[in-house]
Amino acid sequence: MLEIKNLHASVEDNEILKGLDLVIKPGEVHAIMGPNGSGKSTLSYVLAGKEDYEVTEGSATLDGEDLFELEADERAAKGLFLAFQYPLEIPGVATMTFLKAALNAQRRARGEGELSTPEFMKQVREKADGLGISTEMLKRALNVGFSGGEKKRNEILQMALLEPKYCILDETDSGLDIDALKIVAEGVNALRAKDRGFLVITHYQRLLDHIVPDIVHVMSKGRIVRTGGPELAHELEAKGYADYVGAAA
Amino acid sequence: MPAVQETVERVRQIDVDQYKYGFVTDIETEKAPQGLSEEIVRFISARKEEPEWMLEWRLDAYRRWLTMREPTWAKVDYPKINYDELYYYAAPKNFVAPKSLDDVDPELLRTYEKLGIPLREQEMLAGVEGAGSRVAVDAVFDSVSVATTFKKELAAAGVIFMPISEAIREYPELVRKYLGSVVPVTDNFFATLNSAVFSDGSFVYVPKGVRCPMELSTYFRINERNTGQFERTLIIADEGSYVSYLEGCTAPQRDENQLHAAVVELIALDNAEIKYSTVQNWYPGDVEGKGGIYNFVTKRGDCRGRKAKISWTQVETGSAITWKYPSCILRGDESQGEFYSIAISNGRQQVDSGTKMIHLGKNTTSKIISKGIAAGKSENTYRGLVSAHRKATNARNFTNCDSLLIGDQCGAHTVPYIEAKTSTAIFEHEATTSKIAEDQLFYCQQRGLSEEEAIALIVNGFVKEVLQHLPMEFAVEAQKLISISLEGSVG
Amino acid sequence: MTADIQPIRTAAETALAEAFARFKQPLPAGEIARRDAAFAEFHKAGLPHRRVEEWKYTDLRAAMREAKPLAEPNSAAVVAMAKTAIAQFGSLGAARAVIVNGQYVQDLAQAADGVEITPLAAALTESSDLLASLGQSGAPASNTAVALNNAFASDGVLVRMSSRTKTTLHLALHQEGDHASYTRIVVAVDAGAEVELIETHTGSGAHQTNTMVEILVGEGARVAHYKLQDESRETLHLATLAAKLEGGVNFSSTALTKGANLARQQIFLTFAGEHSEAVLGGVSLAGARRHLDTTLFVDHAVPNCASRERYKTVLTDDARGVFQGKILVRRDAQKTDGQMKSDALLLSESAEMDLKPELEIYADDVVCAHGATAGAIDDELLFYLMARGIPRAEAETLMITAFAGEVFEGIENDAVRDIFVASAQNWLSNRG
Repeated sequence: MLEIKNLHASVEDNEILKGLDLVIKPGEVHAIMGPNGSGKSTLSYVLAGKEDYEVTEGSATLDGEDLFELEADERAAKGLFLAFQYPLEIPGVATMTFLKAALNAQRRARGEGELSTPEFMKQVREKADGLGISTEMLKRALNVGFSGGEKKRNEILQMALLEPKYCILDETDSGLDIDALKIVAEGVNALRAKDRGFLVITHYQRLLDHIVPDIVHVMSKGRIVRTGGPELAHELEAKGYADYVGAAA
Repeated sequence: MPAVQETVERVRQIDVDQYKYGFVTDIETEKAPQGLSEEIVRFISARKEEPEWMLEWRLDAYRRWLTMREPTWAKVDYPKINYDELYYYAAPKNFVAPKSLDDVDPELLRTYEKLGIPLREQEMLAGVEGAGSRVAVDAVFDSVSVATTFKKELAAAGVIFMPISEAIREYPELVRKYLGSVVPVTDNFFATLNSAVFSDGSFVYVPKGVRCPMELSTYFRINERNTGQFERTLIIADEGSYVSYLEGCTAPQRDENQLHAAVVELIALDNAEIKYSTVQNWYPGDVEGKGGIYNFVTKRGDCRGRKAKISWTQVETGSAITWKYPSCILRGDESQGEFYSIAISNGRQQVDSGTKMIHLGKNTTSKIISKGIAAGKSENTYRGLVSAHRKATNARNFTNCDSLLIGDQCGAHTVPYIEAKTSTAIFEHEATTSKIAEDQLFYCQQRGLSEEEAIALIVNGFVKEVLQHLPMEFAVEAQKLISISLEGSVG
Repeated sequence: MTADIQPIRTAAETALAEAFARFKQPLPAGEIARRDAAFAEFHKAGLPHRRVEEWKYTDLRAAMREAKPLAEPNSAAVVAMAKTAIAQFGSLGAARAVIVNGQYVQDLAQAADGVEITPLAAALTESSDLLASLGQSGAPASNTAVALNNAFASDGVLVRMSSRTKTTLHLALHQEGDHASYTRIVVAVDAGAEVELIETHTGSGAHQTNTMVEILVGEGARVAHYKLQDESRETLHLATLAAKLEGGVNFSSTALTKGANLARQQIFLTFAGEHSEAVLGGVSLAGARRHLDTTLFVDHAVPNCASRERYKTVLTDDARGVFQGKILVRRDAQKTDGQMKSDALLLSESAEMDLKPELEIYADDVVCAHGATAGAIDDELLFYLMARGIPRAEAETLMITAFAGEVFEGIENDAVRDIFVASAQNWLSNRG
């Protein structure tokens, strides 16, 4: 269970999260929607452990373990995955090298043995094929020269390979055309499982047509201001966020 | 390469006619005796009716200067200057500081009119649309300030804008506190010489929280033969204030070289901003390199307060030799320094110019954009230093210097020094040198532009990033100046 | 005042003068004159300090407090140690020349077709015609390191390479002990030849070494030069590489520098013929209070040549890195294409990097550029890697490897690339 209680967090003394509560149980898909600047991306960074964010109050636990006591890599090894809104480019590091380093680091941290190269290759190949990622792409430097769609597919490939317990998707739909969006959504749906929770962060309802959530939250000014079923997303699409801008003040 | 060939031809035809400000004002002048000695320093100080401390300051500088050597590290080449042959002070005869603009010698007013610098406030108002774009002018002629406009209006806003010689008498505490605090007396050979013999220049003080209501400007004119001009400018922006200052300069065409060794000091306190723009158009000498001004200038700004900002913009088209590095000391935390420069050299001009960004405070940022254009038989060097002190955590610099060569008889050089003494600094430097691409020219010509127009267009594009940092009135002027400077090299 | 001003000599300068007086005594008269002239070049200005522009960031006068005595003739024990050290490289090439403490060791040499090796000491005693090839590579005689090498180097090798099929020569330099040693290597590559030169520097002790490698590349030849500098961490390493390229040449030089307490690598590259290409690259790795300097001078003296320079420096602890690179394009050198890039990664707060990339251009139809950066590892990238479960240290290593890897990628010789990569990894795991 991913449990967030009364979370307050700041960047350079500006409080962005102002008492956020959220519980995600295994098997559930939650969506957080909200206007720009409501703190959606901040939430994903705070949970994943980015340095510039300071938690001033509250807690976040993953299966009972305090996330804020852990470094970013330790959180990842515990099964927390963040699909970045803007995946970073790392010149000189081949995608394949990166995937292997990440998978083996997590396995080591969990006390599992490292995968042999053939085993690893087999796993990557299987998962890459489903996402339309070519061998040639895996040889290229990580995200360097990738199109927006390729970068997002690469994020989903990493998610599939690392098999996390909780996945946070930060604006995964941004910059994708409809075909790319479908591929990405299918990739995510294929990973839905009883023992895995999702938090889908998005500004638009569009993505939620393809990744249908169990629970939808509306976020404004650093807090969850409303919670409902999938129909809430449609309501927001029709009416916009006007009602919520200023609601949480 | 027909374009290059033609360019070379044109360069040969370069004529001094292109320098439109080369006339001499016929006015009787009183000069100090030739040469430099303690007596001359005392003479200048006496003429300026200076207090004792100022004389001592000058004498100290003079004595130190005697022990110093002229710097040789710049990529400029000129015959040895005989400092004993120069005149260090020249002023219109029987000159008394004018009480109002009506008292200014009509001959001087005509001179400035010819230069396009109207000193009559009414004319300025009539000439420019909208009251927002008025410019207050301090006109310095050889060694004295002959007129300062809009004094009253500025005084109402609390802004002090006057010749520095006047400020020394009227605001001795302010001058004493800040003079030499950015450029120390012994900073370098030319600055020390200036400290000993400086004659006039402008003094600006903008009090706390005041946004200076108009652009301030000083216009420097060297008229007299064999005379050096040693201007001294001091600008202080107190906490939270803002001032934009412009500087222009011209000189007559003369066969001998003349020396201009100026010192400019800027001080920006907490949250203050100073924007300093220069259009330098001293006489560059003729096509064979005869005559022209030796422009050895020390300009430095001190961001002394937190979040202070100093921005230098320069368009350098004149002078036989330019030796000039407007710099920023980023002392206050989160202070910012900027340097935008266009340096154009043609004929036999030699330019060695650039900047220093000294990061001392935390989270300080600086930006350098330099565009050098070399034509004719000129040499054009960018020389710059970016350094981060060990304690200057998170210092940031971005530098871009591009050079363009027109013709194959000139030189363009880039000499940056980058010193990172802390790992948290992020410094990025990029530089390119190229010529106007034949296919760019062809493309423009195919669309109907003449070669001359095409080159002007491309050069203007090349320098645009810098031009847009100039105040509007100056930008138009600078743009004209650029095409004139390149005439003969371009076609 | 017309009297000459006599500069005050430092202890090291005095010791060098005394050592030189003893060194030259047994030489033939003609040779003494040549050596005297070289030493005079050094002696007139003495050891350069930070007010000398080219040595602004590497104050040799301060770094060289004493001048070590010249190395004694090699004992069998020293040669045996060298043999063991060099064995780590296996067989890198068909031919091998081994120089221990500045002295050529015939017993460890390996001959190959198309590679003629003459020991410099032998050439000197025989007043061989081959000596004429010394000093023809364009390195300025007034440069301190060059002048000292000209004055003192009494051994090394003169090599001629002529094979039109790729031939590799391993130049293995090893030092044992607390001495000063001077080595001179001249490689003349015939027109149309294809060669690889692999220079390795190993050793232990607190010595002062001065090596000068001159490469004269004939028309249309292809030369790949590699240098691994892994000397003892206590040494003062002065090195000069001077290459002069005739027309149609393809030249590359790639270095991994991780040894020495203070190292100054100078490269003088001269394009003497048209349509040649040169690629220079290097990775420098330093920790502790070590100081690594790479200073380049690329002289485009003729038209239609291209040069690429790519240097990377990684610093930690209190280490200091220096990169000075100058591209000169002379008036006639139209159509020159010169691109230089130098990047530094600072892993600790107190590391320091000084960069001075320089362009001096007198021809208009050129495309020249330089770029330089200095900074820490990008936090955003680090977070991305860590968010995938890669621990901080490993993530850093991955990024540093990628940073340096851009230079190693260009190495065509697999064995050399493996050695460089492994050697860099080895540094990364200790970061010393």
